[in-house]
Amino acid sequence: MLHTVNKSPFEKNSLDTCMRLAKAGSAILLIEDGVYAAIKGTEVEAKMKAAAGDKKLYVLGPDIKARGLDEGQVIDGITVVDYGGFVDLAAENDKVQAWL
Amino acid sequence: MKFAIQVNEGPYQHQASDTAYQFTKAALEKGHEVFRVFFYHDGVNNGTRLTTPPQDDRHITNRWIDLAEKYKLDLVVCVAAAQRRGIVDDDEMKRQGKDATNIAPQFRISGLGQLIEAGIQSDRLMVFGD
Repeated sequence: MLHTVNKSPFEKNSLDTCMRLAKAGSAILLIEDGVYAAIKGTEVEAKMKAAAGDKKLYVLGPDIKARGLDEGQVIDGITVVDYGGFVDLAAENDKVQAWL
Repeated sequence: MKFAIQVNEGPYQHQASDTAYQFTKAALEKGHEVFRVFFYHDGVNNGTRLTTPPQDDRHITNRWIDLAEKYKLDLVVCVAAAQRRGIVDDDEMKRQGKDATNIAPQFRISGLGQLIEAGIQSDRLMVFGD
C-alpha cells in the first residue's frame, strides 16, 4: 500500500498518524510540504531513519527543488522520485491512501 | 492501468491542484488511462473560464483544458459544490435563474455519482487536497 503525505511535520501531525497506522512493508511518499520531513538535520530525522527500517520511504524531487532545497540534503534511505516515479508507485501498490 | 483523480482544492490555494495536474499528465504520458478527473469541494474553482492569472504565472484552468483536449479527459465538477461556489453552466443558469455562466470549456457539471463510478471503474483513485 502507498501512503502519500503532503503536510510538513512541523505544521501538522499527518506524518505521525500515517507512520503509526502504516503496516510494515508499506511505501510512504512525501509530497508538497511533506518533503520537509525528508531533509537531514531536523528533529524528525531520527524518526524517519527508524521508519526506514520496515517501510519504503520516497520523496518527490520536484517539490524539494520548488522549496529551494537540494536532493543532496535528503536523509539516507529515502529514495527521490519524479512525477513519473509517483505514477509508478501508485501503479505498483494495490491501494493508495492520501493523508491530507 | 486506469486512474481516477479527485481534486479537493482550488487553484492557487496551496499545491494540490498542481500536484493533481502533474500526476495526471505523467500518468497519461506513461500510457496509463485516466478515467475521470472529479473536482470536489473548493476544487470546483479549477473549472471557471474567468480565471485570469498574471502572464508570468501558470494558468491552472487552461492547463487542465489543454490536457483534456489532448487526451480526451472527462473533467467533472461536483454540482452541489459548484452551486455553493458559483460555478455555472447553461443548465444551471436556467435552473437557478442566473444571468451568466462561467464554466470552462472541457469541464462539465454533474453529480457525486460520477465520483463513485470513477472509483469503481478505475484501478486506483488518487486524492489530492489540503
